[in-house]
Amino acid sequence: MTLKRIIIAAVLAGSFGVAMAPAMAQVHQVAPPRQTWSFAGPFGKYDQAQLQRGFKIYKDVCSACHSIDMLAFRNLADPGGPGYSEAQVAALASEYKIKDLNDKGEPIERNGRPADYFPPPFPNALAAAAANGVAPPDMSTLAKARGYTRGFPWFVFDMFTQYQELGPDYIDALLQGYKDAPKGFNVPSGGHYNEYFPGHVIAMPPPLSDGQVTYDDGAPQTVAQYSRDVAAFLMWVSEPHLDARKRIGFQVMIFLIVFAGLMYFTKKKVWSSVH
Amino acid sequence: MSGHSTYQPQNKALQWLEKRLPIGGLIHSSFVAYPTPRNLNYLWTFGGILSFMLGVQIVTGIVLAMHYTPNVDLAFKSVEGIMRDVNYGWLLRYLHANGASMFFLAVYIHMFRGIYYGSYKEPREVLWILGVIIYLLMMATGFMGYVLVWGQMSFWAATVITNLFSAIPGVGDAIVTWLWGGYAVGNPTLNRFFSLHYLLPFVIAGVVVLHVWALHVAGQNNPTGIEPKSDKDTVPFTPYATIKDGFFIAVFMILLAWFVFYIPNYLIHPDNYIPANPAVTPAEIVPEWYYLPFYAILRSIPDKLLGVIALFSSILILAFLPWLDTSRVRSGRYRPLFKQFFWLWVIACIGLGWLGSKPPEGIYVVLSRLFTLYYFGFFLVVLPLLGIFERTKPVPNSISESVLSAKH
Amino acid sequence: MTTVSSAEHTRRDFLYIATGAVGAVGTAAVLVPLITQMNPDASTIAAGAPIEVDLAPIADGQIVKVFWRSKPIFIFHRSAKEIAEAQKVNVASLPDPEPDSARVKKGHDQWLVVIGICTHLGCIPLAHQGEYDGWFCPCHGSQYDTSGRIRKGPAPKNLALPPYAFLTDSKIRIG
Repeated sequence: MTLKRIIIAAVLAGSFGVAMAPAMAQVHQVAPPRQTWSFAGPFGKYDQAQLQRGFKIYKDVCSACHSIDMLAFRNLADPGGPGYSEAQVAALASEYKIKDLNDKGEPIERNGRPADYFPPPFPNALAAAAANGVAPPDMSTLAKARGYTRGFPWFVFDMFTQYQELGPDYIDALLQGYKDAPKGFNVPSGGHYNEYFPGHVIAMPPPLSDGQVTYDDGAPQTVAQYSRDVAAFLMWVSEPHLDARKRIGFQVMIFLIVFAGLMYFTKKKVWSSVH
Repeated sequence: MSGHSTYQPQNKALQWLEKRLPIGGLIHSSFVAYPTPRNLNYLWTFGGILSFMLGVQIVTGIVLAMHYTPNVDLAFKSVEGIMRDVNYGWLLRYLHANGASMFFLAVYIHMFRGIYYGSYKEPREVLWILGVIIYLLMMATGFMGYVLVWGQMSFWAATVITNLFSAIPGVGDAIVTWLWGGYAVGNPTLNRFFSLHYLLPFVIAGVVVLHVWALHVAGQNNPTGIEPKSDKDTVPFTPYATIKDGFFIAVFMILLAWFVFYIPNYLIHPDNYIPANPAVTPAEIVPEWYYLPFYAILRSIPDKLLGVIALFSSILILAFLPWLDTSRVRSGRYRPLFKQFFWLWVIACIGLGWLGSKPPEGIYVVLSRLFTLYYFGFFLVVLPLLGIFERTKPVPNSISESVLSAKH
Repeated sequence: MTTVSSAEHTRRDFLYIATGAVGAVGTAAVLVPLITQMNPDASTIAAGAPIEVDLAPIADGQIVKVFWRSKPIFIFHRSAKEIAEAQKVNVASLPDPEPDSARVKKGHDQWLVVIGICTHLGCIPLAHQGEYDGWFCPCHGSQYDTSGRIRKGPAPKNLALPPYAFLTDSKIRIG
């Protein structure tokens, strides 16, 4: 009886996993190498210094072509973020020009305020596409909008090991994935060969080079470090409340386990007169 | 123990109310004194879990609707606003999104349990059909909720699913245009989906009331499939069933919390974090996991109209289950052959789910067709014939006898 | 059921109470997000940051309306006559007694800054109307004077003052 129950439970658990196979794009894609991230796992937290470095990369490099519509200047001072001070954020915001109207209803450009959002590099998607061949994607949710196929049985294990960093792994790998095309691989003009991009032909030219951005905290100024930092930053932009989520999650788990335990013993007590 | 209508409140105010509206008596007879078979296993707690999940979805859904904007230009943004700016918005949205998956997980276990133990058989046919109706309503609600996010998968799921109706000969295109309120999925579609997504859960709640009513008329089935014969066979619903359900709801909440707090995006397709773009179809369109088996059935049939018919039949056939199963023995526990066919059918369902996530090519198509054939064969051939040819094991005389014999 | 010893009884009661108490704590904790989600969200709070207003273009006797935290703010450049009117009133006779000096910043008598919401039921009063040269509320007829004080009608209080400060003689920051 008990054995059978265990078998049934196992079958159901397995079936759940198989049925839920997160199906990804089936275009040929090379799995990016898995990185260790400070924000992975049940106690994960963003690394403030890394987010600040990543923001620098975004500001100095990515923002020339990529918008980040849902990020407001004020977010940079939010708890669980890069940890800039209110004053730093206000100073940063005032460096940007924001489109607005004056009292007479004429379009003007004023200095940014913390409540403003990062202005996009192009006025609209068509303009972005015209300037770049294809419109560079907005980066607000990019780290959650990218992933790769894990395949059976890995996606079942991922449920238990909490592997959720497919997006940052992919972005990190992609930024370092520019290589010479293998012999016989025809790269169309305007395209660049990238090992990790699905289909291998990406419109974005290699954006990073060693020493391109100066770090003030002594971190190595290499493409590898830049890629990791900006991938971590983009993860934070996509999921700004991750720190709080995992912290509260741990409290909820402890509570539920205690509560379920108490309920179990209460149930046993109640049923003791029946069995 | 089975004291119907003997309820007399102690409190004067409640007595006053009881004379005018016997709601206390109704609750007492339905959820306190109501006799439940004493041998129910934990699979029987999924009814309680489902009621609980419906409550979770309605509460989080009402709250999310306070912040959501059903407009093609603002929908995705407002969802991200919930995730970023609304106090605890990320928690509420992840609860709602993952809660939907857990709701379906629970309903599938509930349905598998019903089929294994023959819970649809006389006199519970209406109870079962009401359950099938709830399931259909859940599918519609889940689908429309998925569209509201207005990501790439939302948009293309809406396009593909509404296009199923274009298979109807003659009026198909007119029906699809009517569903859309335009010439393609667009703002009118999103608006009506929001309206219906808000409405349907309350319809589900209404049908759940009927489902519970029918349950309390026929009484609960149990693992032996024998009706309770004496007081020895039953225990009162409260405290016995309530505490047992409560315990397992707490266990189920651990699973839900695991998804919500640690792997909230495990079940969300990355493409749905890309805002809907009517000009670009994603590399592959995949429905949420709980629709995958039906999606596989649809794709396994090369003809458009027949595929759509197969898809809808695969769900509607469940409603005819009470008459397709001809066996006189209710519980699968005493049906050795049925057991084997049942588990094969479970494997077919899971297999179809897996195939639904695979591209429709090569071996996957062959397997889809095999499993689809068995899926329907189980209902249309196996179950009717088993009742005639199967040699069942001896059934105990009563529930208490089976409980006692299991102990010794 | 057999008889239960009293020791076992206590243990059972304790278990029931503990389970019930933990359940109650959990229910209360669930209410926190459900209630606080209705409070202003982060973008609303950020948009309610202080604003700066340049007073230079506001002519003598003119009232302008600006918005801060979605509330209308009246900025009234009072003439000498209007200041005199506001100051000579017998404060004790007012429904909501307040001297004019308490309603303006010291040394800036000509500038009255008030929240333009009638203290009766929230309508926006009309400027330069009514018997007291201040405001007249079209909804229920409340009348305010040149100091924004209630003089007549159903409103119970004077027009409220927003938090503000003079950055220079011709520039204020509201909020």
